[in-house]
Amino acid sequence: MSFWTRHQVFEKNSIILVVGILLVIAIGGLVEITPLFYLKSTIEVVDGVRPYTPLELAGRNVYVREGCYLCHSQMIRPLRDEVERYGHFSLAAESMFDHPFQWGSKRTGPDLARVGAKYSDDWHVTHLTNPRAIVPQSVMPGYPFLAQTEVNTDTIADHMRTLRTVGVPYTDDQIANAAADMKAQADPDNAGGDAFTKRYAKAVVRNFDGKTGTPTEMDALIAYLQMLGTLVDFKLYNEKANLR
Amino acid sequence: MFSGCVFFQRESAMPQPSISKTMTTGESGLAFIFAVTAFLCLIASAKALDAPFAFHAALSAAASLAAVFFIINRYYDRPAALPPAEINGRPNYNMGPIKFTAFMAMFWGIAGFLVGLIIASQLAWPALNFDLPWIQFGRLRPLHTSAVIFAFGGNVLIGTSFYVVQKSCRARLVGDLAPWFVVLGYNYFILIAGTGYLLGVTQSKEYAEPEWYADLWLTIVWVAYLLVFLGTIIKRKEPHIFVANWFYLAFIVTIAVLHLGNNPALPVSFFGSKSYIAWGGIQDAMFQWWYGHNAVGFFLTAGFLAIMYYFIPKRAERPVYSYRLSIIHFWALIFLYIWAGPHHLHYTALPDWTQTLGMTFSIMLWMPSWGGMINGLMTLSGAWDKLRTDPVLRMLVVSVAFYGMSTFEGPMMSIKVVNSLSHYTDWTIGHVHSGALGWVGFVSFGALYCLVPWVWNRKGLYSLKLVNWHFWIATLGIVLYISAMWVSGILQGLMWRAYTSLGFLEYSFIETVEAMHPFYIIRAAGGALFLIGALIMAYNLWMTVRVGEQEVQMPVALQPAE
Repeated sequence: MSFWTRHQVFEKNSIILVVGILLVIAIGGLVEITPLFYLKSTIEVVDGVRPYTPLELAGRNVYVREGCYLCHSQMIRPLRDEVERYGHFSLAAESMFDHPFQWGSKRTGPDLARVGAKYSDDWHVTHLTNPRAIVPQSVMPGYPFLAQTEVNTDTIADHMRTLRTVGVPYTDDQIANAAADMKAQADPDNAGGDAFTKRYAKAVVRNFDGKTGTPTEMDALIAYLQMLGTLVDFKLYNEKANLR
Repeated sequence: MFSGCVFFQRESAMPQPSISKTMTTGESGLAFIFAVTAFLCLIASAKALDAPFAFHAALSAAASLAAVFFIINRYYDRPAALPPAEINGRPNYNMGPIKFTAFMAMFWGIAGFLVGLIIASQLAWPALNFDLPWIQFGRLRPLHTSAVIFAFGGNVLIGTSFYVVQKSCRARLVGDLAPWFVVLGYNYFILIAGTGYLLGVTQSKEYAEPEWYADLWLTIVWVAYLLVFLGTIIKRKEPHIFVANWFYLAFIVTIAVLHLGNNPALPVSFFGSKSYIAWGGIQDAMFQWWYGHNAVGFFLTAGFLAIMYYFIPKRAERPVYSYRLSIIHFWALIFLYIWAGPHHLHYTALPDWTQTLGMTFSIMLWMPSWGGMINGLMTLSGAWDKLRTDPVLRMLVVSVAFYGMSTFEGPMMSIKVVNSLSHYTDWTIGHVHSGALGWVGFVSFGALYCLVPWVWNRKGLYSLKLVNWHFWIATLGIVLYISAMWVSGILQGLMWRAYTSLGFLEYSFIETVEAMHPFYIIRAAGGALFLIGALIMAYNLWMTVRVGEQEVQMPVALQPAE
């Protein structure tokens, strides 16, 4: 019986055809994806990476909502020009608490993986409100409405609880103080500032949008942008230990 | 004419045997389920934590009530007996749902091309964002991609698959309400997804942006789609399953697997739109591009190859060039495609072994792709002269040529050194559009130009001259689009890595943005031409249905092919 005659078993039996399709398409995905969950070398061992603070998390959700990832990557490749332009290439560990990941696929604007601490808060407020006020050739949309919208401090603990279920190591302490921490991070005069910075290493407390009162989405987004890429201290990073 | 009655018209009249009229289990069951759903959605709407969720829940309550009304109304309108599977020994094909998808495909196509033109213009003239949340680029871009891929492409795929599976199996679609549930349910998913993007509801996974509740609904609809399609194949009168149906089946099955793999998410609350995806960081990236590339491979390729395998032979009146090649083409294509995802993540934090595997399989993928292209093109052997006289066939054939071009370009861009230049630039956008406008767009247009006269029982199209105009305007648009993106992509990639003689980076980022401006204008012009072509097409199809001459059905004795 020739190969072509044998193949008729698929051509004449729809269920066998479906099973055949399922088997054939399963192989590639299984081989490429499953090892990423157990191979130890997949994610580097680094100090400093921590879950987002409540305010940063709210800012990240604004980043997701407005589709920033469609024009800005957060993934510096180990190429000479990129490392010189943006900083140390991105590590897998730096996005291990990202649900979903924000590596992006297009750079209509520059990479943001290490934009944290590069510009002042004022710069960001002006730039987000009207990008062309600072960079005349920019094609970025303006987001003046962010400064007018307050963030929701009531539900942020639920968000952190959900993230904990999918694997982000938030502590009970962090979840219990979520709403207070959110206000504390955007208000240097807040008494809770010290307790907050103990809960989140390297987190900065500043009035990001320059306005008093409940933090706005502008506060949140800038808090998020200002921490991007700042958690790992590359002076202490051991590249040799993480060779893959 | 394009009102509901066009789609919902009564099946061909049959002498009714005197049986008492009762609701089928499907009718009563579905009406009950939708009534319960309407009630649950009302509660969800009242308890909603955010405005978009409240809106979607209220919309779903209204849609569920409309479904109950539709089912009951349809029951009172229909004769006691359901439409028979055969009349006088000939299959009694179910064309209503196909007409609906043909209409919706044209509607969403024009909407999607228009949004594409708007966002292309926003990149050239950013003032067009108007500083408003709902219409700024970041929210409109997913609307554009989903409208063209899933709304336009999806309706073409569901419609043609329902047509091809009936004709090639010589069997009526299984189910009475089920096919309607599939086409209406799918378009409702599009509505929820699209309005969600404008309101800022997104999980930010490219081409899988809809949130958890839309994903759940799509899962239900998709399972129904699989059952209707597979059920019709099982009931077939032909011993063989025609090759186009293998491709449709691979498309339906694999999209289900991809959708489930990429979207497991935990909602923050069952009364809110926001959810967090189960996968994180690197694993999420890999899942996303396993999904993303195979949305290309199975939605935009396998499904449309099925169209190629049915519509080109049919229109050219020639058999498929090589049956054996189509067997090799099928298995090689679906096996290799699934590996190609990591080429979207070259030089990222994804481990090198995964990147290399992805690159290797992407290059190998060139072969089955061109095998399929050859099978499609060579089907015209002996009928090449028809390209001069039949612009519809020309559109179908040029689509296969574009398929060949983009399936060469794709493997080339998946080579790591090439990718280091092309990634993150407009070259990728150009590549996608040579596939999307040239291949998917043209093969869909060709299929719709064939399908509309067939399902509405017309002798032919209203005007072949208008098809010709559509063909040339759209082709010119594609050429402008992709050449502008090649130049801007390669230019930007080279500017990013340019060094001065002193060893400094030569250009700041914003200088590379500024250099893109003329190409963004040319790209928008190309998109505008493509949109104009689609408008001409819509007019042509509308006139075909409205004033086209009825075709007289000739009884033909059919022989099963062995």
